[in-house]
Amino acid sequence: MSLVLHQFRYDQKAFWRNPASVFFTVAFPVILLLIFATVFGDQTVDVAGGVKTTTYYVPAIIVLSVISATMQSLAMSLVIAREDGRLKRGRGTPMPAWVFIAGRVGNSIVVALLMLVLIAALGRVAYSVPVPWSRLPEIVAVLVVGAAAFCCLGIALTAAIPSQDAAAPIVNALLLPLYFLSGVFIPDDQLPSGVIHFADAFPVRHFFEAFFEAYVPGGAGLEWGNLAAVAAWGVAGLLLAARYFRWTPRSG
Amino acid sequence: MSDPDSVISVRGLRMSYGELEAVRGIDLEVRRGEVFAFLGPNGAGKTTTVEILEGYRRRSGGEVAVLGEDPQHAGRAWRERIGIVLQSCRLDPYLTVRESLALYAGYYRAPRPIEETIELVGLGGKADERTSRLSGGQQRRLDVGMALIGDPELLFLDEPTTGFDPSARRQAWEAIAGLRELGKTVFLTTHYMDEAQYLADRVTIVVGGEIVARGTPEDLGDRESRPAKISYREDGREVELETTDPVRALNELTGKALAEGRELEGLEVTRPSLEDVYLELTGQP
Repeated sequence: MSLVLHQFRYDQKAFWRNPASVFFTVAFPVILLLIFATVFGDQTVDVAGGVKTTTYYVPAIIVLSVISATMQSLAMSLVIAREDGRLKRGRGTPMPAWVFIAGRVGNSIVVALLMLVLIAALGRVAYSVPVPWSRLPEIVAVLVVGAAAFCCLGIALTAAIPSQDAAAPIVNALLLPLYFLSGVFIPDDQLPSGVIHFADAFPVRHFFEAFFEAYVPGGAGLEWGNLAAVAAWGVAGLLLAARYFRWTPRSG
Repeated sequence: MSDPDSVISVRGLRMSYGELEAVRGIDLEVRRGEVFAFLGPNGAGKTTTVEILEGYRRRSGGEVAVLGEDPQHAGRAWRERIGIVLQSCRLDPYLTVRESLALYAGYYRAPRPIEETIELVGLGGKADERTSRLSGGQQRRLDVGMALIGDPELLFLDEPTTGFDPSARRQAWEAIAGLRELGKTVFLTTHYMDEAQYLADRVTIVVGGEIVARGTPEDLGDRESRPAKISYREDGREVELETTDPVRALNELTGKALAEGRELEGLEVTRPSLEDVYLELTGQP
């Protein structure tokens, strides 16, 4: 366990010193929230009995931040480390493989929790979006299950990414459409039901619904169905990762 | 293991990738404390062989013992005893020299002191520099330092200077030469003949997955017993003689020239260089 903490400490250092990871994982969601709030600020969204747009976008952007800190960030950084030969080199030391993965996953989950705090605070201060303190345990539970599931999916996804250059395009090509179709970028009430049915086949929509209902005032609280769907996706990712994850560079 | 001084022992090693036989029956013996060079052109099967010895790759056939264990089944305790410098491995650009070493030190039960290791690989002034700001030669030194941090008995270096400029190579060589003084056993693969000559106690040349020559850099390929070449100019003509007995041939030649009062312009006696031998053995032009 102390070895996991050791690994985690250095993963944290490397993460916060990497301008690309800090921008896309931390700054970009903040910018998105500011843009959405500015553009659609005073409208109402017809969900959960009608909420302000900003109230809608705070949990939506938290969901995006969590996926970005886990699936996106892990898939990209693991592919880079793999193609650099750093994963292979690590395998040549006595450190067990699971320690390395645990350090990276721990890093992602900590950043995801940090983004929860940051976006929730920003929503409260800038847009008076209430922080649902009474449902904090549910919120953290949904976030941690989602973060873990999207970590597994990110690790599994590395198997489909052949090179460092391909990492960002592949991850974005998967996630950006899902953000649009799942209600993260465009509020639910403006999406045709066919689109939502389609999005239901993927994990982003389930995670968004589970988190939204736990976070938004008047939401349903803990939604076991959606949470179970997210967890199932996570397990599928874990199985794929266990089968297809590779430590050696694809190129050469 | 019967011989306590044997660090690597390989018998009849074979490795095939489908139809392609990359390694075809290699025997090797590496002894404690020596720098052993595994020399050959690109595609000779060097990296395949070293990856089998490092435990990265499963073999198709043959017997392998590294530090008394089969690398294919060796565990953490065995990994504590070896260090690996990969052919191409970039460092984490966001960590400093000291942090990179500290990260790796944490993986071992009894690591070497970090500051001492920084000095050992000659990066004393660079300890707090990010690895992305190091030159190629300095990065390679750090690679060697990271492979040494667990205080291994055996070190694998896979083509440590490929693609380096002369000064970076020289820097990397100095770091590697220093390993001998620490009493480490070093298994070095390279396709540079001068690298093997500079660093190694013993050299084995591999071509097409087979060993074609082995010996010390001095006597490799029976260099000492090969014909010497005597060359000079006479009446504006280049004359070349090959002889296995250069002392007698030279004596006769110069005696005759002196008696006849002739000059032997540009008189030279040369042995085939290690490079000649290597190029001949590897069938390169």
